[in-house]
Amino acid sequence: MMAEKRTLDVALGTTGVDERGLPVTVPLGFEVPDAGAVEEAPEVGGEHMLLNMGPQHPATHGVLRLVVELDGEVVIRVIPHVGYLHSGFEKLGEYRHYNQIVPLTDRMDYLAPMANNVCLAMAAEKLMGIAITERCKVLRVIACEISRIISHLVWLGTTGIDIGAITPFLWMFQEREKFYNLQEAWTGARLTTSLTRVGGLMADIPDGFEDGLRATCRSLLGVMAEVDRVLTRNGVWVGRTQGIGVLTAEEATNMSMSGAMLRASGVDYDVRKDRPYLDYETYDFEVPIGEHGDVYDRYLVRFEEVLQSVRILDQALDRLPDGPINVADHRVILPPKHAAMTDMESMIHHFKQVMEGVPAPVGEAYFSLESPKGELGYYFVSDGTAKPVRWRVRPPAFINLSALSKMAQGHLLSDLIAINASVDIVMGEVDR
Amino acid sequence: MNPSADALERHFGSAIRRVTESCGDTIVYVELGRLREILAWLKDTPDQAYIYLVDVTAVEYREPERPLEVVYELFAFSRKVGLRVKAELPKDQPLEVDSMVPLWAGANWLEREVYDMFGITFRGHPDLRRILMWETYAEGYPLRKDFPLRGRFSRSEQVRQALNANPEAHYSLEELGIAESYQELPADMRGRLARGERGQIAEPKGGA
Repeated sequence: MMAEKRTLDVALGTTGVDERGLPVTVPLGFEVPDAGAVEEAPEVGGEHMLLNMGPQHPATHGVLRLVVELDGEVVIRVIPHVGYLHSGFEKLGEYRHYNQIVPLTDRMDYLAPMANNVCLAMAAEKLMGIAITERCKVLRVIACEISRIISHLVWLGTTGIDIGAITPFLWMFQEREKFYNLQEAWTGARLTTSLTRVGGLMADIPDGFEDGLRATCRSLLGVMAEVDRVLTRNGVWVGRTQGIGVLTAEEATNMSMSGAMLRASGVDYDVRKDRPYLDYETYDFEVPIGEHGDVYDRYLVRFEEVLQSVRILDQALDRLPDGPINVADHRVILPPKHAAMTDMESMIHHFKQVMEGVPAPVGEAYFSLESPKGELGYYFVSDGTAKPVRWRVRPPAFINLSALSKMAQGHLLSDLIAINASVDIVMGEVDR
Repeated sequence: MNPSADALERHFGSAIRRVTESCGDTIVYVELGRLREILAWLKDTPDQAYIYLVDVTAVEYREPERPLEVVYELFAFSRKVGLRVKAELPKDQPLEVDSMVPLWAGANWLEREVYDMFGITFRGHPDLRRILMWETYAEGYPLRKDFPLRGRFSRSEQVRQALNANPEAHYSLEELGIAESYQELPADMRGRLARGERGQIAEPKGGA
C-alpha cells in the first residue's frame, strides 16, 4: 500500500512528514544542533500495524476509541469510534417540558455547563418569543464567559499533560477551582449547574459574587502570564505543536469546524460577532484569529480567548444593572412560592406550569451561541404543545472531532495525541 | 425574509415547494430529487455563497402521516446570514436522499448520525455506518417516533445481548484488514467476519 519508504527524523522540531514522505521541520526560533547524526533513518516500510487506543485511555479525554493504522510510527489512518457515552438526550428531550431539559444540558458539555444552560433557554425563548430582562442578559453573559474560561483552563491543563508539561495542569486546576467556587455559590452545584430557566434564571448572584469574580479574574491573569512564559516560547512545546495537525482555512470551513478549530485556521467566524446574542455587539473585545491552523495556533487562540473573556467579564460587572432577573409573565416563570400559597391567580399559574409545562407556539427555531468548544446550536421544532417534537443539538465537539483523521494523516503517533488534544473534545457532548 | 428564498424561486421555479418563516428563520422546502443541485447552487453562486454547512439533521413529527424532513442549516460568512433548507421524505417510499459529502466534508459524520438515528440512507456517502449506536445494534432507529423511549428490547434482553456480544465485533473487517493479520485469524472467526456475522444477536422474544 505504501510503496515509497518513509523516513523518520528524530531531531527536535520534527513535525511529521510531507506528501513526499520527507520530514517537515519548522524553525524553532533558536539554533537546532546538527541533526546529521540521525540521517540514516531506520527502515519502517512494509507491514502496517493496527493499534487500538481507548476507550479507556487517559489521552483520549474520555471514552473515545481510536483505531490507528500505523506504518512504523507514522499514522496512515485513524478511525475514531464514538458513542460510548451516548445517553439519548435528544430522545429524552422529546418527553420533557422545556425547563425540564435544562438538567440534560448540564450533562452534555460538562466542562462548560452554564453555556449549555444559556443556549437552551435562549433557544426556547426564541421559539416562544420571550424578551428577557436586562439584568438577566448581563448575568447570562457572565455565565457564558465563566464557562469559556473554565473550559479553556481544563483544555490548556490537559493538553499540557498530553504533550508532557505537567506544571500548567496544576496551575490551571488551581485557578479553575476558584471559578468553580463562584459557580457553586451562584448555582449551588459545581458541575450540574442548571442555571437558566426559560424566561430568566434559577437564581440571582449571591452577595460578594462580583468582588469575588473580579479578584479571581485578577489572579487568573497572573497565572496566565506565567503559563505564557513557560509555554509560548518553550522549545519543546513549540516543537511538539507547530506544523502539527494543520487545517487550511478552506478545509476547516468545508469540514464545518467551529470555535478555535476554525479560527486558528484563519477564518474569522465567531457567533458572538457574526450572529450577536445577549448584546455581545456592545461589548469591547477582540476575536483572536490564527494563521497556520496547527496545534500551536489553536493554543494561541484559546489562550487569547481566556484573556478576552476576562475583558468581557470586567465590562459585564461594570454594567450589571439592578432589576429583576426573570420576566414578569407568570405563565412562563413560576410565581414566588409565598404568592402561590396565598394568591389564587398565582396558584393557578404555578399548577399549570408544573403540571402542563409552558406551551410553545407551532414553529421551529435554531439558536446558536459561541460555546467554548465552538458553535453550539439548539434546534427546536414545536407542534404547539409543552414538549418539543424535536430537540436537536448541534454539537461543536462532535463535528470538530470528525476532522481528526484528516489532521493526523502522516504525523507521528505521539503527534496524534497532541492533535486529538487540540480538538478540545468533551465526550458528553460528542455522544450526547 | 431571507432574499435567497426569492432568488431560489426565480432560479429553480417549481422545485422550490414552499417558503416559510418561523421565529425569524427562513425555511425553504425543496424537491427531494433536486436537493443536491439546489444546495450546490447555494454554495457556489457568488452572491449566495453559503459556504458553511452548520448542521444536518432530520425531523419526524408526531402525526404519523406527516413526512420526515431532512434539514440543512447553512450560513454565509460573507453576508452573515443563515438559511434552512428542508426536503420532505414521504414514509411510504424508501427513506433516501443524496449525500452532501461531495459538497461539504463536514456532512460526513452529521449524515451518519441521521442515518443512525432515523434510518435515512444517504446515497453516495463514502462511509455510511452507524456512529453513536454500535454497528450490531438491532433495535432500530432511536429518534423515530415509533421507537419507545426505553428501547424495543427489555432490559434483561439488552443485558443478555451485551454479555453475549462477541469481542471480535469491536473491530470491523476493514480494520482487521489493516493489520494484515486477517489471514492469521482462526478459520471460524474469519468465516464469521467474512459472512458479516458480528456477534450473536438473537431475535427479540415476544416483540417490543
